[in-house]
Amino acid sequence: MSTDTTATCPGPETERQLRRVLARWGGAPTHLVQILREAQERCGWLPPATLSSLASALGLPLAAVRGVAGFYAFLHTEPAGTYRILFSDNVTDRMQGSEALMEEFCRQLWVEPGKVSEDGLVCVDRTSCTGLCDQGPGLLVNGRAIPRADRERLALIRELILERRPLEAWPDELFEIADNVRRRHVLLGSNLRPGEAMRAALERGAAVERELAANERSWREGIPDDSQGPLATLREIERSGLRGRGGAGFTTAAKWAACRAAPAGIRYVVCNADEGEPGTFKDRVLLASHAELLLDGMTVAAFCVGARAGLLYLRGEYHYLLAPLEARLEARRAAGLLGRNLLGRRGFDFDITIHVGAGSYVCGEESALLESLEGRRGIPRNRPPYPVTHGYLGHPTIVNNVETLCAAALIAMHGGDWFRSVGTPRSSGSKILSVAGDCARPGLYEYPFGVSVREVLEDCGAQRTLAVQVSGPSGRCIDASEFERRIAFEDLPTAGAFTVFDDSRDMFEVARNYIEFFAHESCGFCTPCRVGTSMLRGIMDKIHRGRGSLHELEEMSRLNPVLQMSAHCGLGHTACNPVLDTLKRFRPAYERRLQALRFAPDFDLDAALAAARRATGRDDAGAYLEDER
Amino acid sequence: MIDRPTFSLDGREVAFDTGQTILQAALAAGRYIPHLCYHPEFRPHGSCKVCTARVDGRTVAACTTPAAAGMEVASDTEEMNGLRRTLVQMLFAEGNHFCPSCETSGNCVLQALGYDLGVLTAGFRHMFPVRPVDASHPDILLDFNRCVLCELCVRASSEVDRKGVFALSGRGIDKHLVVNSESGELADTDIELTDKAMEVCPVGVILRKRVGFAIPIGARRYDRRPISAQALQDAPRPKAHGHD
Repeated sequence: MSTDTTATCPGPETERQLRRVLARWGGAPTHLVQILREAQERCGWLPPATLSSLASALGLPLAAVRGVAGFYAFLHTEPAGTYRILFSDNVTDRMQGSEALMEEFCRQLWVEPGKVSEDGLVCVDRTSCTGLCDQGPGLLVNGRAIPRADRERLALIRELILERRPLEAWPDELFEIADNVRRRHVLLGSNLRPGEAMRAALERGAAVERELAANERSWREGIPDDSQGPLATLREIERSGLRGRGGAGFTTAAKWAACRAAPAGIRYVVCNADEGEPGTFKDRVLLASHAELLLDGMTVAAFCVGARAGLLYLRGEYHYLLAPLEARLEARRAAGLLGRNLLGRRGFDFDITIHVGAGSYVCGEESALLESLEGRRGIPRNRPPYPVTHGYLGHPTIVNNVETLCAAALIAMHGGDWFRSVGTPRSSGSKILSVAGDCARPGLYEYPFGVSVREVLEDCGAQRTLAVQVSGPSGRCIDASEFERRIAFEDLPTAGAFTVFDDSRDMFEVARNYIEFFAHESCGFCTPCRVGTSMLRGIMDKIHRGRGSLHELEEMSRLNPVLQMSAHCGLGHTACNPVLDTLKRFRPAYERRLQALRFAPDFDLDAALAAARRATGRDDAGAYLEDER
Repeated sequence: MIDRPTFSLDGREVAFDTGQTILQAALAAGRYIPHLCYHPEFRPHGSCKVCTARVDGRTVAACTTPAAAGMEVASDTEEMNGLRRTLVQMLFAEGNHFCPSCETSGNCVLQALGYDLGVLTAGFRHMFPVRPVDASHPDILLDFNRCVLCELCVRASSEVDRKGVFALSGRGIDKHLVVNSESGELADTDIELTDKAMEVCPVGVILRKRVGFAIPIGARRYDRRPISAQALQDAPRPKAHGHD
């Protein structure tokens, strides 16, 4: 992206570009997030005139447009620098040295974090986990992902910036991202041809229809052909016991059946590829290297529920995957795998549109994701009604995780019993773990459900392991006494993150990083999460500064039930988990920081007197309240 | 005569109409559940969470949860009132609320809830956010320091006035009210004194200029009766039931 912050933006060329963007999205206000994202591509930010012109073209109040632009971390309503370098700020990035690298990078460029340089050339800041934990620290440069940041690569990046080299002309090698698949099972080991799972679903339906036709006494005879085909595959999904891989573990067949049963003319299939949980990166690899399986899964889902349109919500951090995915969609259209009368079956119409996120973790929550797809701020909806009856634009919608849809494609191919033979009774199939942190071989590990934490640790070459964070900040932190526990819905459920900490790590700092994440990503809709996560961050920072006391620990225990009982969505419900889990298991990491066991004020009177000391030129012992300097 | 379905609220039955939420049904039946962002004339919003109640063991926002026959709702309990006190304290700590100098003192829902629930201190460290006032408009003052982000003005301006004068921007603790003009100032919007948005602010953000303190403190809305009584008086009364 070549960006231009000079007077030509906005100008006649910008106006033309805006018209093109509006036309591409049909001038629909429901596509506002996509329109804003693309409108920003020309000058790297959204000047007031751009917002005004979009507002009037879309028939929206300017304030509403500004409200949407102000919600997403990757949309800027102020100049953001010709080059915008974001350092991924997950705890794994920090463990790989991101903080020192960023400090040095800022110093060398003479910039302060978060502030655009005076010449408008560069801005350096932090961003939430970019999903490059196995090859971090991760960077985003004008939205493009760069893995393995180190001093040499950052020196090169600095040169390229100072030369004002357009991003397209940067060496490809900077942007190469590895899959790092370390262990394959049914999913990562599958090798289906594009459309093979769809064909299997159609064939299964046809077999049922032939059987019914042959059986004159069948009570089902009166049922029209069309309903039998999809039901046959839906029954396999049900038989498989497949549960959602995105974290909540809802039964996939129940979701699909409810959507199918909802009275409506229009239904949607939505793929949730907004993989935002810090430490998770499996969907990135699935989207990069198993996209055909996913697209087959979406099509099978559409066949089962009777949807004609699909939406794939790709997280903004994975923008580099957009072009290859669009190319795949185009190839499938050409091959008759997307579009009308798929595989020659009359009336089987389905196509997929990709929306790209703009930097918001909450949008991974299915109803917030729908809000974002509809062009609004990503705020989770009040439920009921649920998306299966009132989803995208009010129509029945299924929202499924990338891995779930891939598994559904495999089930359509091999059947429910085959899938069920893998895993445990209540967690059928396999799970892909995103392993990162203190281990010799970070990357993707696919196991049958039921694998023990210890086995994963051995496979990835982890040593002297102190703790494992299972399923990211919103999951659980466990210590060595729990390593025999198993990855499964009945024991340790997970959306995929498996972050390893060895005994050199300070678990207080791990928790502090996670709390910062929640405070940064809170959508701000409800009081408990908006204010509570911010208070938690303040308390953890106070302890970090060595100004904490038992009072702070008590205050955090007081906030927990408030968030648990009254927060609007899962982000708030789980926001205290990192503190509670680490306090329970690693309390000394907190206590050694506490200044006093009762109360310590955050205000440091002695530090506040520094200005007076400077003014009077005094630096003798008498000029200090306490002895130590 | 058809019996209306009922649910139990703190051990006493409340009859409801299909489509009503727990809070709507309770208020219509003359039963109070503390609330802040809910307004009888608008679709429930569910953001302040002050109306949180325990329903069949789970905690939910009473304003957005549909009433269902046979529900057991626990609202006036120490657990729920304690939660509400903390939420009100959080709102006090989040903004800049100086009741003694506020024109809305005595008419303020946040303040009245504080008194009614027995909130004695903010309980948390004040955040002291920097929120400049907007005094650009000749007749209207916006004092964002007191905003509790209930979105009532947003809803009123868009749904009733059809203007969209107000919207929310930012997220998390940086969420804030914005107005509909390129300058970002109220003077450049089409707001009018007669707008619905002028009368819905539960705190002291949207103020008419030059009418301050027309009613002396001590004689104002929640000075006369506590919010738990006033809210019931304000609630839309149901049409006579029992003869249908």
